[in-house]
Amino acid sequence: MIVELGHYALTLALGLSLVQWVLPFWGARAGDSALMAMAAPAALGTFAALMTSFAALTWAYVVSDFSVLNVVENSHSMKPMIYKISGVWGNHEGSMLLWVVILTLFGALVALSRTLPERLKALTLSVQASVTIAFLLFILLTSNPFTRLDPAPFEGRDLNPLLQDIGLAVHPPLLYLGYVGFSISFAFAVAALIDGRIDAVWARAARPWTLTAWVFLTLGISMGSYWAYYELGWGGWWFWDPVENASFMPWIAGTALIHSTVVMEKRDALKVWTILLAIVTFSLSLIGTFLVRSGVLTSVHAFATDPERGTFILLILIFFIGGSLALFAWRAPMLRQGGIFAPVSREGALVLNNLLLSTACATVFIGTLYPLALEGLTGDKISVGPPYFEATFLPIMMPLILFMPLGQTLAWKRGDLLGAAQRLIWAFAAALALSLVVAAVTRRGPVLALVGVGLGFFALAGSLSEIVTRSWSRGMPLATAWRRARGLPRSAWGTAVAHAGIGVIVLGVSATAWGVETLAVVRPGETIAAGPYTLRLDSVTPRTQHTYRAEVARFSVLRGGVPVGPLEAERRFYATRGMATTEAGLMTRGLGQIYVGLGEPDASGGIGVRLYWKPYVLLIWIGTLITALGGGLSLFDRRLRIGAPQKARQRTKAPVAAAPAAS
Amino acid sequence: MRWLIGFFLVVALALPAAAVQPDEVLPDAAMESRARQISAELRCLVCQNESIDDSNAPLARDLRLLVRDRLKAGDSDADVLDFIVARYGEFVLLRPVFAAHTLLLWLAPVAIFLLGAFVALRFVRQGRRQEAAPLSDHEKARLDAVLRRDDAKPDDT
Repeated sequence: MIVELGHYALTLALGLSLVQWVLPFWGARAGDSALMAMAAPAALGTFAALMTSFAALTWAYVVSDFSVLNVVENSHSMKPMIYKISGVWGNHEGSMLLWVVILTLFGALVALSRTLPERLKALTLSVQASVTIAFLLFILLTSNPFTRLDPAPFEGRDLNPLLQDIGLAVHPPLLYLGYVGFSISFAFAVAALIDGRIDAVWARAARPWTLTAWVFLTLGISMGSYWAYYELGWGGWWFWDPVENASFMPWIAGTALIHSTVVMEKRDALKVWTILLAIVTFSLSLIGTFLVRSGVLTSVHAFATDPERGTFILLILIFFIGGSLALFAWRAPMLRQGGIFAPVSREGALVLNNLLLSTACATVFIGTLYPLALEGLTGDKISVGPPYFEATFLPIMMPLILFMPLGQTLAWKRGDLLGAAQRLIWAFAAALALSLVVAAVTRRGPVLALVGVGLGFFALAGSLSEIVTRSWSRGMPLATAWRRARGLPRSAWGTAVAHAGIGVIVLGVSATAWGVETLAVVRPGETIAAGPYTLRLDSVTPRTQHTYRAEVARFSVLRGGVPVGPLEAERRFYATRGMATTEAGLMTRGLGQIYVGLGEPDASGGIGVRLYWKPYVLLIWIGTLITALGGGLSLFDRRLRIGAPQKARQRTKAPVAAAPAAS
Repeated sequence: MRWLIGFFLVVALALPAAAVQPDEVLPDAAMESRARQISAELRCLVCQNESIDDSNAPLARDLRLLVRDRLKAGDSDADVLDFIVARYGEFVLLRPVFAAHTLLLWLAPVAIFLLGAFVALRFVRQGRRQEAAPLSDHEKARLDAVLRRDDAKPDDT
């Protein structure tokens, strides 16, 4: 009964989103406030209906209702409760349902916003509803999670073992909050095109939504990367897998978008480009959904591959991307371009940022889809793998990171390149000195990694220098400087923190070059060493738990003969699916990790062990957290805070404008 | 069992993680490191998206052993890659060759950057001209038209 209720609520949501689509649009065209006001309740209703639907499916998983096909295919009564719940979205149907739930969550949040202009809000929600309708039709017609099964089997087929991890509970919701969050920027852009007007008010209204989506996408990708790192068993953390690229492309485009929106807000320039970027960013999210769900590019993320579904999503894709781009081509020339533009200025630097990020995004796009296109056109089969992406992506990213501190130091309107460079001289000297120290201490270091270390330190020092030069001048007491630093707008802190986070990521990535790997067959009592650490294999014991059998290898970790603690690694075999997985053994030492992956047991009673010492590897993920925190800080800038009264914005405006001049 | 492709930022320099078995490792460390580097460039043919260096598949193991045999026989790195491409086709290469059919793939990043730079420069130059030069008659007419259109619409912000 509850399952039928869920199905009913799903259909009801479709009806409500039709209302949300048609009435506000009509109202906006006719200038009818009452019709426009229908948007908010309809959006809230759609969200409530979809939450009900989602709760019903979750309930079916929690009680292991094996009369529901979706539960049978992806669950097992013996599975721990957390994997039963996360299993709801660990499959095609459930993950699409989560997708629309989050889509309508954003719609509901827009509906609750009290600061948005009436027309913009109505049109935005109407556009948002059209996306909801398309995906609800997709779910109801091709991917219904509530399909019943008769007779019901006694046991389910279990979830893909690789997905039975805490990562599944966190990674997809975060990723979708980001992915789908860009639909709001898209809806704002299309609303602006329909209305034919776009200005700083638009930028100020759209920016918090874009930032929110971007912060979640950053966290989602980071979480996914750490998950792959410890789950896949051989220590890689980014794979240039098509599906990773599918989430990375919207991230790059979104990063460009949050930067170009600032230019639009502050300088009333780059309007047309910002609108285009907003469309492109969400289009890339849709393309990502298509790539994953259609199975065109097979990968571990493609739970189910089905040509009918692929065609359906392709149609959605063509409709929204083609439609919005056509609208753009028609309306964009009517938008007023504003702003005088000097090349050496903050906005000039942000144009360079957008140029490099767009190139990077296009490169990933071409690399991901080229084999598909080539095979379709000529029949030639080629592979585009990590070596291609490294060769093309790095040369674009390195100048971007090099110019990042310079860009944030330049003033708006008319920057002084020499002055900015002078202010950065200490940061540059510090970065150079620190990388020379690293080179001297490590000695065995590849040049590229050392360049990376230098860039990372420069980004960090540049951010610090930005805060210091804006709040302190020679001879000023520290207490005054501290007060002034605290008084800096949150967005200034956000920029500095986010850019520092990028520096930390670059340091972590560069540090992988100093990683050490050892590969050996180890018998109980024997040792294996990597870097400063030695591991002694104490025992290999079998264990049966939940839905798997495991071989657990217990090690003692020693450093210079002194024990530092135990470490466990597992190989699991999931009988229901006939799949083996590895659970890497991890021990964190400072910012580095000892990483153990188990291989095949051999005839002599030994077991293949892959041992890595990864110094400073945690910086990669810590850096992403810092970057996301920076985005969060910007989000809470007074100027953007949702519901901030007009007056507060006026007051903060003055120090923002005055600060670069004072520094 | 599907696995993902291993990726290291400085793959040629960092030690790649791998599904190499201890019994495959060559006694000569320099030759083994060459074998690992070559393996990272070759795709496992039966896997989804994975180099033979990362794959657990038996075919990947056969290829790894083949790479090592060729190295032992005195082949250069390029010889080994040529040999394997001759046998298994271009699909096996994770780094696409630079040829007519991949021209677009390799040149696109550069082309996009140059095109973007051209558009951006023109945009910035236009912005400066706007500052210096007064509006032309045509521009004035357009400006008036735009302003009139705005006046006609009620300000609803």
